Amino acid sequence: MAILEVSNLSLSFGGLSVLSDIGFSVEKNQIYTLIGPNGAGKTSILNCIAGFYKPQEGRITLKGQDISRLSPDRRAALGLARTFQNIALFRGMTVLDNIKLGAHIHLKTGVLSALVYWGRAHREEMALRRQVEEDVIDFLEIEPIRRMSVGSLAYGLQKRVELARALAMNPDVLLMDEPVSGMNVEETEDMARFILDIKEERDITIVLIEHDMNVVMDISDHVVAINFGRKITEGSPQEVAEHPDVIKAYLGEKKG
Amino acid sequence: MDIFLQLMVSGIAVGGVYALIALGFVLIYKATNIINFATGEFMMIGAYLLYTLLVMVECPVVPAFLLVMSGATLLGFLVERAILRHMLGQPAISIVMVTIGLAYFLTGLAEVIWSPDYKFFPAIFPRKPIHLGFAIVRANMFYGFVVAMVMVVVFSLLFKFAKVGVAMRATANDQMAAYSMGINVRRMFTLAWGFGAIAAALGGVIIGNIGGIRPDLGKIGLKIFPVVILGGLDSIAGAVLGGFIVGILENLAGGYLDPYFGGGIKDLAPFVALVLILMVKPYGLFGKKEIERL
Repeated sequence: MAILEVSNLSLSFGGLSVLSDIGFSVEKNQIYTLIGPNGAGKTSILNCIAGFYKPQEGRITLKGQDISRLSPDRRAALGLARTFQNIALFRGMTVLDNIKLGAHIHLKTGVLSALVYWGRAHREEMALRRQVEEDVIDFLEIEPIRRMSVGSLAYGLQKRVELARALAMNPDVLLMDEPVSGMNVEETEDMARFILDIKEERDITIVLIEHDMNVVMDISDHVVAINFGRKITEGSPQEVAEHPDVIKAYLGEKKG
Repeated sequence: MDIFLQLMVSGIAVGGVYALIALGFVLIYKATNIINFATGEFMMIGAYLLYTLLVMVECPVVPAFLLVMSGATLLGFLVERAILRHMLGQPAISIVMVTIGLAYFLTGLAEVIWSPDYKFFPAIFPRKPIHLGFAIVRANMFYGFVVAMVMVVVFSLLFKFAKVGVAMRATANDQMAAYSMGINVRRMFTLAWGFGAIAAALGGVIIGNIGGIRPDLGKIGLKIFPVVILGGLDSIAGAVLGGFIVGILENLAGGYLDPYFGGGIKDLAPFVALVLILMVKPYGLFGKKEIERL
């Protein structure tokens, strides 16, 4: 069964049509990649799925539940996590605090009870910290930088911390917007390996946007090509890369 | 020396109350990036609420305090839901104008309901002045200071440790990321207005208890402005320190300089200090610097 299904998605801002009739369904435990030239509407699709854009038409279901009308925070609570194209870490906080905010969604203690049941809040806090520490931090190999302020980290590491924060939410589906953009070769290889590990070891389905075609070909299970807000084609990475319309979209028409 | 200590003690006492009112600005600004120019009027409404409960309803003091806090929360919620929610995404200057308009509206409302005459609370606290050995503090000042400090500590702990406080900090930091973490950002805005209104209302109660209440009590809100700017609009620690600095400065200037200038220096000193400090530290003492990556 599809874990995430997008059907008949159409989005326009005023008179500008951004997406028209986009539909695809993401199978559980796959890496699903959206490709397309700049301005094709890829990030708009992620924003529709996450709930930041309200498409005029279309339906989005997560784990069989219609989430089309839910606010972004409700969608997150249902198991949808996300990383951003331009890193959106909480600046001025440490790596650990950022990651803990990801796990925050699973905390039970509310406002008043946090004041009254200090003991329980404290125990939860400790349990949460252990889970987060052992799990996500070890997994992404960011142990040495945990106490550092995120603003002081190198770009590649910030991206990794953002990924850690998303994983701490323990999501079913992870949306990643250009996870390797702006990274050097080594950072790119690390990130690609982490994405594969996330799929294989953590049972998380990944929808990603990426321009780096080597990465796309290496890690994707399924690719959807978008241009001018429409789906051109979809299929295995090989099929999509060889599709004439995709080649045309990227390289332009051959003359003669 | 005696007079110096006496002025310092008075400065610290009133500074603590300024700190609490400053929190009224900071709690709202931190989460929503809105400067609420009606903070002073929230104080005034809080004071009148307590007056109404104590004098007209003859409610006992402790329940009356709790009711004032609930009333203030309600006022904050209402203002956010009914007015500011519709202003989301509008230019900052429009939002500022709305809060200034709200300030005048609340002042007018208070004149209609409670008349422009001075009103005084019945004795809330014991009247006996507090002797500290080296200085004497008026009872209303002393107990007001204690209440203010308790509230400041409660709010600080809330922001630092409670789930809602952490979520609010995250919201202030990056709204889109906060949403994606499953934080209900709109709810955080509403709560921030509620908390800010509580801080302002209790500050108003304390100030009103010292000098009586009138519909223009809210003018004191402007005096708190140097406190907030001094400490940095988004810093709780800054608000507290700013409160003490302004309180002490005001009392020292009033005590030592007013006799020579025939008064007025007391109110002027905080603003002079504000300008001088901002020339050196444009983001306030603790304010967040906006750094752009180039």
